[in-house]
Amino acid sequence: MSVRRLAEPHLQPKEFAFTGDNLAWAKKQIAKYPEGRQASAVIPLLWRAQEQVGGWLPQKAIEHVAEVLGMARIRVLEVATFYTMFNLEPVGTYHVQLCGTTPCMLRGSDELKKVCQRRIGDQHHVTQDGIFSWIEVECLGACVNAPMAQINYDYYEDLTPETFEKVLDDLAAGRTPKPGPQIDRQLSAPVGGPTTLKTQG
Amino acid sequence: MLDDKDRIFRNLYGQHDWGLDGARKRGAWDGTKAIIEKGRDWLVNEVKASGQRGRGGAGFATGLKWSFMPKQVGDRPHYLVVNADESEPGTCKDREIMRHDPHLLVEGCLYAGAAMAAHVGYIYIRGEFVRERERLQAAIDQAYEARLIGKNNVHGWDFDLYLHHGAGAYICGEETALLESLEGKKGQPRLKPPFPANMGLYGCPTTVNNVETIAQVPDILRRGAAWFAGIGRQNNTGTKLFCISGHVMKPCNVEETMGIPLRELIERHAGGVRGGWDNLLAVIPGGSSMPLVPAGSDQADTLLMDFDGCRDKKSALGTAAVIVMDKSADIVRAMARISYFYKHESCGQCTPCREGMGWMWRVLTRMAEGRAHKREIDTLMEVTTQIEGHTICAFGDGAAWPVQGLLRHFRPEIERRIDEYTASPHPEPVVAA
Repeated sequence: MSVRRLAEPHLQPKEFAFTGDNLAWAKKQIAKYPEGRQASAVIPLLWRAQEQVGGWLPQKAIEHVAEVLGMARIRVLEVATFYTMFNLEPVGTYHVQLCGTTPCMLRGSDELKKVCQRRIGDQHHVTQDGIFSWIEVECLGACVNAPMAQINYDYYEDLTPETFEKVLDDLAAGRTPKPGPQIDRQLSAPVGGPTTLKTQG
Repeated sequence: MLDDKDRIFRNLYGQHDWGLDGARKRGAWDGTKAIIEKGRDWLVNEVKASGQRGRGGAGFATGLKWSFMPKQVGDRPHYLVVNADESEPGTCKDREIMRHDPHLLVEGCLYAGAAMAAHVGYIYIRGEFVRERERLQAAIDQAYEARLIGKNNVHGWDFDLYLHHGAGAYICGEETALLESLEGKKGQPRLKPPFPANMGLYGCPTTVNNVETIAQVPDILRRGAAWFAGIGRQNNTGTKLFCISGHVMKPCNVEETMGIPLRELIERHAGGVRGGWDNLLAVIPGGSSMPLVPAGSDQADTLLMDFDGCRDKKSALGTAAVIVMDKSADIVRAMARISYFYKHESCGQCTPCREGMGWMWRVLTRMAEGRAHKREIDTLMEVTTQIEGHTICAFGDGAAWPVQGLLRHFRPEIERRIDEYTASPHPEPVVAA
């Protein structure tokens, strides 16, 4: 467990409300669950709120979601602080989540951490230009493509310090690096080509 | 080696069309109506006869689990919930199913729904899998579009399937924590009993199954229980997705027969251990919650990769995520990092777990540098036994076992480090694992 608190008051926006599109989307989400069970939609709604704010979840957004779902504020606050994908503080345009769990560690994630430390700074720190922030996260479930990092929605896999720097360079320059393995490899198949599934088209 | 024709996940590496047309070419959605028409009992019995055991870690017999659902639907609707919260370190198999063969999962959900008299299913996917979520939703939309699922679908069993996502909590892979999360609460496991088959989602009868388990069901039903039961060993039937990570030449996912020897698995598909088989130090055969198995003729050399084979080596198959460590690995630090993972992911509900995880991590971090007393090794072992079995869910066990495995097999290594540090102590701060 980690202690997670809301951002300092001076960072908190004064108000938040879903855009019309997002509110309509939220209604559709709520409809997935039985009558009276709208609380089930709390994670998807908080997630959408985080997207709308630009990557983090201010207090007003949490309160707004509580209002939309008819939930007590404390129940939504509990959820927002429990689940670690809700960023409670502002993040960079590109938020790097670097996996540091054992399978990635065995294949060199420590070196990637140094890259983040050098280029971006300490965890949770947003670079001066607002482009990058990073944190070390726990297993992202791409272990046969270790080491890897998730940058916003995409996984960048089979990284070396050099290719990782290149990905970051590309993002900083406004380019879109190709997600997935950064070496010559068909996703999770062995390097050099699959050992199975060769007989069918 | 398993023949390609016996492989279920024929688009494992995403080389072919994941969509409905591609899936149909690979045999999905074929004869579905006829299978559903055989009825609920037949479905359950066929899966029972196949001997399939859950692929999510615990290895509970699928058909038996389904049979726990009430025979008659009363006032409370039945629910199917699919656990796609894949987060066990080392495991990355369900991700491949969801992004490359999502229709097998959708079709499997329909059968499972019919087998447990559920008209609604929820798939709970981990929040980080954003692209996989988009892909799976697209497959569900295709299935609705083609009236394969939904109300008044062509198969005659009304079934609505919804995709729900989490937001980064490993504990939500525990079935009752998952249900709490799906209800919009913190993911904290429930006391059992009552079991989900009686009181699950929204207090209604619910069965929670893993993605791979459900995605195998269409092939089991189409090809017959005998086909599945004929692969592997008794009690350990069928095929399995293995995720081979760590110190191998070519880490990969592969579908193989249950019970394949570890060495054959690694050498045939993953290019062997870095530096050769003799360079193996230890392997974690089933994801980070399972005890490691060290190298050696009576250990990793003869390890058979199925439920009983791993149990024979005092470990467990778990999710079949094979994490390989060669002799260059810092085994104590590697296990300390696993302890950090559990410290980070404890839901905080039970005291032995909430307090014990951090304690084990701190002690192991010191031990990795030899900065401990030898008597602390026994204390650590004792603490693991005080956590194991004393928490609401199996998280406590899953965090205690890897530490026990380390102490069981690598005690001399820890003692060596302690001696080394004692001989030349220094005031530098401990480096966190």
